[in-house]
Amino acid sequence: MGGDWATAGLWLAVAASGLYHGLSPGMGWPLAVSAGLMGGGRGELLRALGPLALGHFIAMLAILLPFTLLVTLIRWEWEIRAAAALMLVGAGLVLLFWRRHPRALARIAPHRLAFWSFAVAMAHGAGLMLLPAYLGLCGLDLDAADHAALGTLMRTSLPLALLVAVLHTAAMIAAGGTVAVLVHAWLGLGFLRRSWLNLDAVWAASLVLVGGISLYLIGPRPL
Amino acid sequence: MNLRPDPTFYPTAQMAMSAPVETFAYTLMLSPDGSRPDGLAVVNVDPASGDFGKVVHTVMMPNTGDEFHHFGWNACSSALSPLTGHAFLQRRYLIIPGIRSSRIYVIDTWPSPAEAKIHKIIEPEELFAKTGYSRPHTIHCGPEGIYVSTLGGGGPDGTDGPPGIFIMDCETFEIRGRWEIDRGPQDKHYDFWWNLPRDYMVSSEWGLPPQFENGLVPEDLLSNKYGHAIHFWDLRGRRHLQTIDLGENHQMALEIRPAHDPIKEHGFCGVVVDTTNLEGSIWTWWREGGKFHAKKTVAIPPQPAAADDLPPLLKGFEAVPPLITDIDLSLDDRFIYVSCWGTGEMHQYDVSDPMAPRLAGKVEVGGIVKKTPHPNGQPFGYGPQMVEISRDGKRVYWTNSLYSTWDDQFYPGERGAAMVKADVGLDGGLTLDEKFWVAFPEGYRAHQIRLEGGDCSTDSFCYPNV
Repeated sequence: MGGDWATAGLWLAVAASGLYHGLSPGMGWPLAVSAGLMGGGRGELLRALGPLALGHFIAMLAILLPFTLLVTLIRWEWEIRAAAALMLVGAGLVLLFWRRHPRALARIAPHRLAFWSFAVAMAHGAGLMLLPAYLGLCGLDLDAADHAALGTLMRTSLPLALLVAVLHTAAMIAAGGTVAVLVHAWLGLGFLRRSWLNLDAVWAASLVLVGGISLYLIGPRPL
Repeated sequence: MNLRPDPTFYPTAQMAMSAPVETFAYTLMLSPDGSRPDGLAVVNVDPASGDFGKVVHTVMMPNTGDEFHHFGWNACSSALSPLTGHAFLQRRYLIIPGIRSSRIYVIDTWPSPAEAKIHKIIEPEELFAKTGYSRPHTIHCGPEGIYVSTLGGGGPDGTDGPPGIFIMDCETFEIRGRWEIDRGPQDKHYDFWWNLPRDYMVSSEWGLPPQFENGLVPEDLLSNKYGHAIHFWDLRGRRHLQTIDLGENHQMALEIRPAHDPIKEHGFCGVVVDTTNLEGSIWTWWREGGKFHAKKTVAIPPQPAAADDLPPLLKGFEAVPPLITDIDLSLDDRFIYVSCWGTGEMHQYDVSDPMAPRLAGKVEVGGIVKKTPHPNGQPFGYGPQMVEISRDGKRVYWTNSLYSTWDDQFYPGERGAAMVKADVGLDGGLTLDEKFWVAFPEGYRAHQIRLEGGDCSTDSFCYPNV
């Protein structure tokens, strides 16, 4: 029973982080609004959501896929999870203390939406946020499984990574797309000025926090 | 650190028009002979205040010989770009370059304009070493930080290599380096601006430093050696796309004013003088079918004058050229203001149809021949020059000096600094405000004006009007 609740909690975390990313203006919904205003209206806005979602999805996979291979190294499960948690803490600390104008992102041309979405997600360490949940889900699945051969592990870890990325991206684009449509059709651009909160510090701190919690949950290295 | 975007940033030009009315203006002061430091004057422009029209604070620099000309903000509405994801800059620092010294001052206007002070000084050697450019001029805040155009390349007279644009960090004010990756045939520089969502930049040409630093060179002008082209660039790609030569007789293509609403793909450029007939002209440029085009849409003729009334430079022509030295476009893209520095006129054109501007208002003040006094009776030296429009488009401010050595050629003798204000009628029309007359410290001249919270030649908007 406890395992079921934990699993549900981890999936919830995957979806919730997607909602959070989607609502953040820094992750692209204003670009969809811009596409709608500069181009042919709502159709253009909705079309812009495709490349934004694609870029975000690829950024998630870019972080998760290397770990789908690593989880096959079942002997080092503890080390892998600890390393992932430390990466999260490290990325959070970097974002907390290295606050500079993101000039590299400013070089991307406005029509390269998918690439932009990928780059912005990578720059914010958005994919790292999914790692503890993903590894948690892998671990739970592995417990249920029979600690079997490498092939079996691959067969579960890879689809699981895809599922995590799909669910996260779906939540992200649903939330962002909804805000974009609302702003475009009803709220107006004044909403952008009112709602754009500086969550840079909160975001960085949440990376550190999630990393810290997962370190705690992993516990000491089993003998 | 801001928790929300700076309240003076607006997604659209239309929204910026309904911003609170400005209460302070910043005006650059220049010591024409370099005997005293240049400075920044903070002018109260709030009619409800007892200090209306008064210089309430000055920031004097610790050096002499800088020659202040143009300046700009570290951040503006362009920070709301959906691409940069960095909306939490503050419109707080004024970047003031010395075009003679190549020194750059960063002035902190926080917590109040009346307490403005020097925050940082970038010495010319640093600029030379990091960019190979000299004589910094126009400032714009944009996607990569602060963009600064320069008028000179390397070497003592600034002719070792072409001038160009460099990037400064908008928070630390470190010089990051040259902007251009491929400059194409561009070899002179003056102004630049852009359309952010459409991702292009437009730049213009004045002349190389030996052509302006010691005064206008008549032989160069008459042999059409000043700039006469505008350049179009891929903004994020930093590459030259296209040059439009306006014709070599159209000498000195200066101010570039794109429509503020980024859905529009046109803009304007002012040309100082046509060497075949002394006309000044306004050109409309636009993009169509993936290419840029330009067409002369306003020509302002010279006015006949007796040789005795003219300075030595113009005696032979028996006419005074309008000399279009600055233009500025209101935030609703409806009116363009044109400074005729030679004839002493400020023109207002309705450019609702950008291909067919219509004269909507005119004010005469100063001028080489007419020397029209201000309605308050004070003599207005020189002519209308650097012009700035309030965000709501209802007030227009201007000063009277062009550039130290050129002032002396066209208007020999010291004529004093002036900054005036005109009110705009509901449907156009322009009237000078008798009550607004700024007294600057003795011996100084006045250059560009910036308005508290942004104005019509600083902010770039990332979203179209609704």
